[in-house]
Amino acid sequence: MTHVSETPKHRASLGRQVLPYAMLTPAVLVTLAIVFFPMLQTAWMSLHEYVLFRPNDFTWVGLDNFKAALNDEVFWISLKHTIIWMCTTIPAQLLLGLVTALLLNQEFPWRPVARALIIIPWALPSVVIALMWVWIYDSNYGIANEFLLRMGLIQQAIPWLADPDTALASIILTLTWQGFPFFAVMILAGLQSIPQSYYEAASIDGASAWRQFWHITLPGISGVMMTAVLLRMIWVANSFDVIFVMTGGGPGYATHTLPLYAFIKARTNLDFGYGSAIAVLFTLLLMVVVVFYLKRTGKAAS
Amino acid sequence: MALHKPSTTKRILTVDLPMLAILVFTLGPYLWMFITSISDESTLFTEGPSLLNATIENYTRLFRTVGFAENLLDSFIVAGGTVIVGLSLSVTAAYSFSRFNFRGKRILMLQFLLINMFPLVLLILPLFVLMRVLGLLDTHIALIIANSTVAIPFSIWMMVSYMNGIPRSLDEAAMTDGCTRMQALRRVVLPLCLPGIIATGIYIFITSWNEYLYALTLGGRNVRTITVAVQTLIGEYEVQWGLLTAGGIVGALPATVLFLLVQKRLISGLTQGAVKG
Repeated sequence: MTHVSETPKHRASLGRQVLPYAMLTPAVLVTLAIVFFPMLQTAWMSLHEYVLFRPNDFTWVGLDNFKAALNDEVFWISLKHTIIWMCTTIPAQLLLGLVTALLLNQEFPWRPVARALIIIPWALPSVVIALMWVWIYDSNYGIANEFLLRMGLIQQAIPWLADPDTALASIILTLTWQGFPFFAVMILAGLQSIPQSYYEAASIDGASAWRQFWHITLPGISGVMMTAVLLRMIWVANSFDVIFVMTGGGPGYATHTLPLYAFIKARTNLDFGYGSAIAVLFTLLLMVVVVFYLKRTGKAAS
Repeated sequence: MALHKPSTTKRILTVDLPMLAILVFTLGPYLWMFITSISDESTLFTEGPSLLNATIENYTRLFRTVGFAENLLDSFIVAGGTVIVGLSLSVTAAYSFSRFNFRGKRILMLQFLLINMFPLVLLILPLFVLMRVLGLLDTHIALIIANSTVAIPFSIWMMVSYMNGIPRSLDEAAMTDGCTRMQALRRVVLPLCLPGIIATGIYIFITSWNEYLYALTLGGRNVRTITVAVQTLIGEYEVQWGLLTAGGIVGALPATVLFLLVQKRLISGLTQGAVKG
């Protein structure tokens, strides 16, 4: 430990300047190698005709893959589903999450238990989530049909995942189930950061519970809700594993989404050039959301 | 709200019952899966799943004939390896972000935030090509590398948030007493944020354990994680729901238990940044 005092002063200050970078170097180098380099490679592959079972055939085709994508009917179907999926799943998750958070913010004896259990879907592997919902939706023995038949809401069993009309909606319900605890937890944290004195002051002034919610609670959690929605949009858009296991994109193209389409193109057709092009197009669309998010966090940080 | 306490009946109607309904919706599918997994396969389709005549036959079959134990081991190696890589690379980086001001800090932090925003599908194709060239397909290393793409940025962000919670004056005090920076980090900061490090490590473990698409693409015959094994079960034993759901329960159990253990600390770390925003 004595060598510190022996170090010349200028060396110490140089060390102080270099140290932060030195400490960052391993993490930065590794992420460059395993994240940024592969990403560039995707962009590079998207400009080539590259089918994996013809490994020597790596020909430059410029923007042909992108042109092909824009003329590809399945691309537009997948884009439509991606938009439907995001515009229904996220509001549903938000609403259910908000209700759950408001309930968890009340006082009742078993609150700690409820708070611990509500988060479970979030920790489950997507494959297991897919498995159990396929079982629930099973057309012959699934509990969904059983339940609805007994309630008299439907006349005959519905093959939820095999029918193109119901497949997307069924998956949306599953994804809502998977994601709403995230909103609940985030919003609950926001609720708890609102000072109790606001409510006390408001109720002395005679504000009704509804007005308190509208004028204190909502403004207090709007920031968290915005952040949660943006984060969730990115995650929901990214994750297609549940769909992949539940339906594989089918029946037909009924549950195709853009990332899933890119993955299937590469995985089953081994068409890495075209798959990469779709992945790049999807990323560009997603960037709009990301820029919004970064603007928000940038504002919060400064 | 704190001024008037609502009566118990009103509370039960407006809070307890709705909460219970949401919990039933949340846990119902999981419980249904569990009940199916302990039902006798032969009566499953005639009488439906039930708690009467509960059996563990599905579980014993799972380990005896399907070989689930090996899959569990593969998952364990991959998830454990990712935890080690993710944590060891991010400790010094997080300390640097938390304690120093230097040129390019904002850009570098943004870079780590940005990584998590890119679609997985953008990475999975080139990583497959890369692993093929390097001859790493179907090895544990390939999966550890792939999972690290998520784990490293995530754990840097978590650790920065934990380290920011430890006063700088403690490092400075250690350094006036003759410690170097690295010694201050090792002897003062690390022990203090050990709970945070453990929570981050467990979260990385859970996400790597649950990961499916990389495992499917980069794994194979030798390395088959539990998630891929469960999915393969769906294909092979299509209607044997007792066996399938038993596989689901076993696959989900380690992550669920770990998660319940650390959830409080983890959630405070995750939500801290968001609430400030």
